[in-house]
Amino acid sequence: MMLTIKNLYVDYGKIRALHGIDLEIEEGEIITIIGANGAGKSTTLRAISRMIPVGPETRMTFMGQDLLKFAPDKVVSRLGISHVPEGRRLFGNLTVMENLKLACFARKDTQQIQKDIKRVFSIFPRLEERSTQKAGTLSGGEQQMLAIGRAFMSGRKIMLLDEPSMGLAPLLMVSVFDALKEINREGTTILLVEQNARLALQFAQRGYVLENGHLALSGKSEDLLADPEVKKAYLGG
Amino acid sequence: MSFTFLMQNLVNALQWGSFYALIALGYSMVYSILMLFNFAHGDIFMVGAYIGLGVATLLLALVGTGAGAMLPGWVVLVFTILISMFLTAFVGLIVERVGYRPLREAPRASAAITGLMIGIILETSNIILMGGQRVKFPQLIESVTYNIGGVFVTNMKIMIVLVSLGLMLALHLFVTRSKWGMAMRAMAFDYVVVPLVGVPLNTIAAMTFAIGSALAAAAGILFGLAYPVLDPFMGVSLGWKAFVAAILGGRGSIMGACLAGFMLGFIEIMTVPAIQIVNRLFNLNLGSNLRDLIAYSIVLLILIFRPHGLFGEPYSAKLRL
Ligand SMILES: Nc1ncnc2c1ncn2[C@@H]1O[C@H](COP(=O)(O)OP(=O)(O)OP(=O)(O)O)[C@@H](O)[C@H]1O
Ligand SMILES: [Mg+2]
Repeated sequence: MMLTIKNLYVDYGKIRALHGIDLEIEEGEIITIIGANGAGKSTTLRAISRMIPVGPETRMTFMGQDLLKFAPDKVVSRLGISHVPEGRRLFGNLTVMENLKLACFARKDTQQIQKDIKRVFSIFPRLEERSTQKAGTLSGGEQQMLAIGRAFMSGRKIMLLDEPSMGLAPLLMVSVFDALKEINREGTTILLVEQNARLALQFAQRGYVLENGHLALSGKSEDLLADPEVKKAYLGG
Repeated sequence: MSFTFLMQNLVNALQWGSFYALIALGYSMVYSILMLFNFAHGDIFMVGAYIGLGVATLLLALVGTGAGAMLPGWVVLVFTILISMFLTAFVGLIVERVGYRPLREAPRASAAITGLMIGIILETSNIILMGGQRVKFPQLIESVTYNIGGVFVTNMKIMIVLVSLGLMLALHLFVTRSKWGMAMRAMAFDYVVVPLVGVPLNTIAAMTFAIGSALAAAAGILFGLAYPVLDPFMGVSLGWKAFVAAILGGRGSIMGACLAGFMLGFIEIMTVPAIQIVNRLFNLNLGSNLRDLIAYSIVLLILIFRPHGLFGEPYSAKLRL
């Protein structure tokens, strides 16, 4: 197992957002977490990135190492877990190029960095055209490309994506998911969180269904797509 | 009011503004990345001046003074500034680590009073260590006065303004060109996401405190050269006024802090001749002790019309992830 999560509890103050989630991801897989608004999808990703504290009974291991021993920035720079956060959260006052370079802050492999930047530009040629433009002035679609590019630069073992389809026109959505497929083929494991359950399940090999902070269901994407409960609740009947 | 008179005051204002600008930078940089004001900063300026005094005294004892000196005074000065900036940076690091980092998630008011308390600790430590009396700052370079068309300029004033501008330029280059500066700018925009792209947030925060403190130390030494008497509370009034400059420049704006620092120096210095002119015109007898009252009323007026300062963003939201 690449990532093993056992008993994931997260509290926001007095409110419990996750009530003991178990999750496993194999290297090279594409996994999705689906669920309604407020189910705890983003919270799960934040917990893996160590952006929020987890309960004392929670265990998380990544490639044999105790994830909880790593500070948030080391989760990215040492373990290679990158995160495209909800709402993209680019550094709008920095240029496209600066956003990509900042993501390599802890990296020392200068030559590889150059190659990786070239790779990002070959996946998203639009970004190269706009490399000196401030990220805050990019269109929504371009921002999503940059958010993925930034994550690509920061860590490549596994990429956590929080609703990358948000606000994208259907055509652009297809090209973003194609890009993600390609990144996955090159060896990056993908954990995708989506509101759009049909899209997510068509894209991923396996899925987890979250309901009110509990794991309701999990399994192969085909099985979930065919599941009457899932159909009723998430696929519009 | 003659042209030379105006120029003379302008020269003085430039020197006075240099102190404000250098100190204001420390407030502004810390604010821009952590959204808190380090109210101990004025006292770090004081500590920097005293460290400068110690370093200068030590260096003078090593190289000798007068005709038998092994090194010219300006070399001693350069080393005094560099070594003191380096040492005072550590004071900033300690203040951040002990005073602010544990309170990162605490209400802003707690962090604010932390600064005030650290300030008191620094002042009283100084009194305990140095005995509380005023001490004289050594004159490191021979003072030379130039008469440029009736305007008197000392080599000291020129040096102070040039060193200050040089440091500001260096900071500007650091912030705009280096990856560390890039991280600071990113943190100013959205510090929650900074660790998410693999940048060590605590390191950047500590570095920012260190740089701000080093600049305050430079200001302290330059101040000691211009007004060679140090006392434990020298950072209080100057520190608060530099804080005013930081706000006037626009919270978190580095360029704004520099310009507002000079502007504040200018307003303060120019108020005195303005009072004299008013006295002469209206046959009044207003004292120059009204200086700060008038100068800061002007600042208040500016803020009423530009509540976000000269270069401030009208609204800056720091979101949580
Ligand atoms: N910072 C916070 N403080 C308090 N409660 C929070 C915070 N963030 C999330 N929550 C709560 O935790 C629960 C799970 O939130 P989370 O953001 O993980 O949902 P989600 O599944 O990502 O939803 P969405 O699809 O709307 O993004 C929600 O009930 C939410 O209100
Ligand atoms: Mg969410």
